[in-house]
Amino acid sequence: MWMLAVRDGRDRAAFAALFDHFAPRLKGFFMRSGTASAQAEEIVQEVMLTVWHKAGQFDPARAQVSAWIYQIARNRQIDVFRKERRPMPEELLSDAHDAEPDATQILAVEQEASQLKQALARLKPDQRAIIEKAYLGELSHQEISTETGLPLGTIKSRIRLGLEKLRHDLKELR
Amino acid sequence: MTAITHHAPDALLAAYAAGSLPHPYALVVATHISLCLECRAEYEAHLAGGGAVLETVGAEAVSDGLKTSVLNLLDAPCAPQPTYPRTGVYPGPVMEALKGKPPRWKSLGLGVRQSILSSGREGSTRLLYIPPGQAVPDHSHNGLELTLVLQGSFSDSTGRFGVGDLEVADQDLEHTPTADPGAPCICLAATDAPLRFNSLVPRILQPFFRI
Ligand SMILES: [Zn+2]
Repeated sequence: MWMLAVRDGRDRAAFAALFDHFAPRLKGFFMRSGTASAQAEEIVQEVMLTVWHKAGQFDPARAQVSAWIYQIARNRQIDVFRKERRPMPEELLSDAHDAEPDATQILAVEQEASQLKQALARLKPDQRAIIEKAYLGELSHQEISTETGLPLGTIKSRIRLGLEKLRHDLKELR
Repeated sequence: MTAITHHAPDALLAAYAAGSLPHPYALVVATHISLCLECRAEYEAHLAGGGAVLETVGAEAVSDGLKTSVLNLLDAPCAPQPTYPRTGVYPGPVMEALKGKPPRWKSLGLGVRQSILSSGREGSTRLLYIPPGQAVPDHSHNGLELTLVLQGSFSDSTGRFGVGDLEVADQDLEHTPTADPGAPCICLAATDAPLRFNSLVPRILQPFFRI
């Protein structure tokens, strides 16, 4: 996995591979919310540098790489366009990567991520457009709560999976 | 850790994960997630949703030089951002809003105190300190009001709220939260409009108190 090679080995080739995969997707993501090409690339650059510097915080048992980078990308956009730092939750104190990596959990997180992707691809275009707008940050929470048909069923199993892991980590800490 | 029974609604967590919540609400939700595993799991699930959109929304080719310039910058020093660890009853996001300093309490009368964390176009956030048995001054608010308990507990017509519990009140809720006996109740509250108290301080003075 590229991200783990970046995190644990500071591996530049792996980082370059991550760049090749995510930089064009990040640029597309930013341009979808109306950012011009040149500025989108500036933000891509900052996001990818943050990925390099904050790699130590990445925990594959809790987040898929795309989810982790998505969060960094939205924070950077809020920084640039709203000129404010989004309040972030405390990091959990679990030293997940000092312990033996939980291979089953990592696999489960990856499987959930690909199921989410497939579920998104199967949606009707108008439903899919709503989901995209929501995660591009273009819907208010009132709009999200009135979209009763948000077909996020796959999110539910992702929540259960995450919660089991968090409870497990917390037990270890005690 | 007491069990949290009042959680953030899913739409609020989705909007927070998507970065579309106004700053005052985002602070309260980030603080609740810091205290609540269930909502953290839900928030992380929504990040996975965002990740799926990032993967599928469509790629745009980047300019030839971008990769080289990023690779050349990997060794450039980057200023570490300050971190604000939990202090006493105040979780990290609150400590960040306080810039690492203790709250600066201002009296509202009858032992009730407040410390304003932010006040602006998007709304306001404040800490409230309510002695046991004392009611939060009767107030109305225009939009959504979020109140998160950090110490003690309060009760109103909708139930009892202990540490970590989040009350989500829309403008239709007429409520008079009252601090329960025991420790003073400390809450983090956010509104999307200036909060107006109906008693305690004459309305004419409100601009001075910024309440
Ligand atoms: Zn919760």
